[in-house]
Amino acid sequence: MEVFLSGSLVDSLNGLTSVEVEAKTIRELLTRLIDRYPRLEDHLEEGIAVAIDGTIIRDDWETPIPVGSEVFLFPRIIGG
Amino acid sequence: MNDPKYTGQEFKVIGSRVKRPDGIDKVTGRARYGADMNAPGQLVALMLRSPHAHARIKKIDISKAEKLPGVKAVITAADLPDLTEGNAGLFDTLENSMARDRALYDGHAVAGVAAIDKSTAKKALKLIKVTYEKLPHVTDVDDALEDDAPIIQPRYATEGQHGNLINKGEFGQGDIDQGFAEADVIVERSYKTGQTHQGYIEPHACLASVSPDGTGELWVTTQGHYSYRNTCAQLLGMDIAKLKVTSSEIGGGFGGKTHVWMEPIALALSRKANRPVKMVMSREEVFKASGPTCSTSMEIKIGAKKDGTIVAARAECRYMNGAFPGMWGTLGGMTAFACYSIPNNKAIGVNVLCNRPKVAAYRAPSAPMMAFGVESTIDQLSKELGIDPVELRLKNVAREGTQAPYGPVWGPIGIEPTLEAVRDHPHMKAKLGKNQGRGVACGFWFNIGGQTCSDLNIGPDGTVNLTVGTIDVGGARASLAMIAAEELGITYEDVKVNIGDTSSLGHNDTTEGSRGTFSSGMAAIFAARKAVDVLKERAAKMWQIPVESVIWEDGSARANGKEHSNLSPLTLKDIAKKAGSTGGPIAGHHEATAEGAGVSFASHIVDVEVDPETGKTQILRYTVVQDAGKAIHPDYVEGQFQGAAAQGIGWALNEEYIYGKDGRLQNSGFLDYRIPVCSDLPSIDTKILEIPNPGHPYGIRGVGETSIVPPLGAIGNAVSNAVGVRMYEVPMSPPRILKALDEAGV
Repeated sequence: MEVFLSGSLVDSLNGLTSVEVEAKTIRELLTRLIDRYPRLEDHLEEGIAVAIDGTIIRDDWETPIPVGSEVFLFPRIIGG
Repeated sequence: MNDPKYTGQEFKVIGSRVKRPDGIDKVTGRARYGADMNAPGQLVALMLRSPHAHARIKKIDISKAEKLPGVKAVITAADLPDLTEGNAGLFDTLENSMARDRALYDGHAVAGVAAIDKSTAKKALKLIKVTYEKLPHVTDVDDALEDDAPIIQPRYATEGQHGNLINKGEFGQGDIDQGFAEADVIVERSYKTGQTHQGYIEPHACLASVSPDGTGELWVTTQGHYSYRNTCAQLLGMDIAKLKVTSSEIGGGFGGKTHVWMEPIALALSRKANRPVKMVMSREEVFKASGPTCSTSMEIKIGAKKDGTIVAARAECRYMNGAFPGMWGTLGGMTAFACYSIPNNKAIGVNVLCNRPKVAAYRAPSAPMMAFGVESTIDQLSKELGIDPVELRLKNVAREGTQAPYGPVWGPIGIEPTLEAVRDHPHMKAKLGKNQGRGVACGFWFNIGGQTCSDLNIGPDGTVNLTVGTIDVGGARASLAMIAAEELGITYEDVKVNIGDTSSLGHNDTTEGSRGTFSSGMAAIFAARKAVDVLKERAAKMWQIPVESVIWEDGSARANGKEHSNLSPLTLKDIAKKAGSTGGPIAGHHEATAEGAGVSFASHIVDVEVDPETGKTQILRYTVVQDAGKAIHPDYVEGQFQGAAAQGIGWALNEEYIYGKDGRLQNSGFLDYRIPVCSDLPSIDTKILEIPNPGHPYGIRGVGETSIVPPLGAIGNAVSNAVGVRMYEVPMSPPRILKALDEAGV
């Protein structure tokens, strides 16, 4: 599937805004991305949010990614 | 049973306006805030703070202070070894709590003292001799990016870019250049916003006690006692389980109490003195050394076709992060164009360091500034196009199916209904007089979920304790009691909600991002449903029938089927009374990471009158329309809308950190930093819309933050319409309005 990235995460992928990855869960997705783009790991400390078909997952890495999903990665959101 | 999806459930308790559970305590003074706890033998702690905006600390001599009778402990950074193991964010927190080799802003702590009383502690501070070497400083976000600006944090400097530029977050879709090439009208403007403080009435305060056996307790005003526990324990090398943090009542937070400030120092002083230590910030310290929001500087460019179709939009905003990096620009970039459907859009949020205090979240952090620029530009575009500003917004509004600027496609959202409600509101038809103007603006905020853990225990008399780990900042105890009552089928008055200390529940994330009622509400629903399962089992035992034959309805167990028609319903109280003989205490528990938070939108209308002689702006009328998903307790929801609008009004008209050329804050008190008081505000009208969040069983969306986003833009538009001169800088204080009128020759 094609995964889209935005914000400061793009720098970790050498400027790429999308990348092809096969993954069944968020954990698999992040693990495989970090294997290929180790600098992405720097963002894990402050957090990465994943949107799967419009639903934003902030923490639960076991969330499944259905086949054909639209997946976006962006910095983890905080609030006041 | 734990499916968080919205079901359209009918409600009996939810949506009513029950009495608030903390009202009597707060009105009578029984409520205990951060400074209200005491312990036998406690000491008073004070902090010595840097008088310089930027200085190398060459030497700190504490010997005289230590010898003063009554002084029990003095600490400096030398007493706080770096235990952060390379965690950059944690090291920033350590350095912000106590300056190490350099003081990075006016008010940065350099030493702490614990003594038998405040008078002795004050004398001790005067005996501490700090040898500083003053360094060049910079406090303005644009100046910080000049070639000759001092580099605030060399460890964050990246080759190839300015040393004070931390990062850029870029969001959007389409082809910006192509979009602007297709535009018939383009408006491009620059804006600035001042740095503001959350202005919570209760200062930071805590009582810390560390025992020689390595255990500790912290009573503290906070939005996140678990986060405070984890951070303090890591900084001080304590086991997390051995530090118990209890949250006091909180006199306002709005994001400013999501971080530790002086709490690690209070614990370190207690450990060194082997006595409890109480530390309360003065108002001056709150302004200088806690976490205000960013000042900003930005450029906004929007292009449209003659018919009002916006074809391209670009925003670039520099966020002043203070002396430590945050993600403020990133949030701004994500929110800039969220209210609209624009095929070609790009928003860039830039994080910049300055010699000012570490920035913290402030209610929908970073969104109000971008909204000021975007909403002001859209109004100017509407004038150029000759299209009504509300109709122009509606023509370009985001809807279900629109792609958000940061990627995902929106589900059901409420921006269009809020704008329609604004268009149709009687406020829009009210006549305006001389020197009066009306403004409209929109706003967006994400809302979040996160880790949550709750316990529900049913007492022998059938009353219920719900223990949650999210701080009640804005009325969550009432809402959560209503949710538990709804699920159990009992009255609101039979449920008492407690905020558990950190030793009583699993980790709970901080109450931020409007997550308290969303997340703990979800946990309360599922904990109550588990308790209902137990209640049904107990009823089955009492009746000696299979549990499958028991249903739960209106707060009672009922035996299903004709063969059980002789069995009268058993109420929750009936079953609770027999709990001891049917299996023991009856309880429900739920822990989870709450996901599926629903985004929130608001549209505001404001009427102002500007006195052309003095430049003073009076808010005449204010209306908030916001999507709440589901208003659990409408009074509290309206209160959140009104409070957010009131803070936005202060931000728009008066509030601003003012720094002198020496880099020192000149208005660190409420006399000179003017937040709105009642006489500054009209009664703020509210309209709650309820577009259910599909990711919550009740459809709840967070409500606490979104309505601080539109006021800057709405008031900017209203003032500009009143005086006939566009305002480009917030706050629109009287001197700034007079200057704008003067420059325009009005």
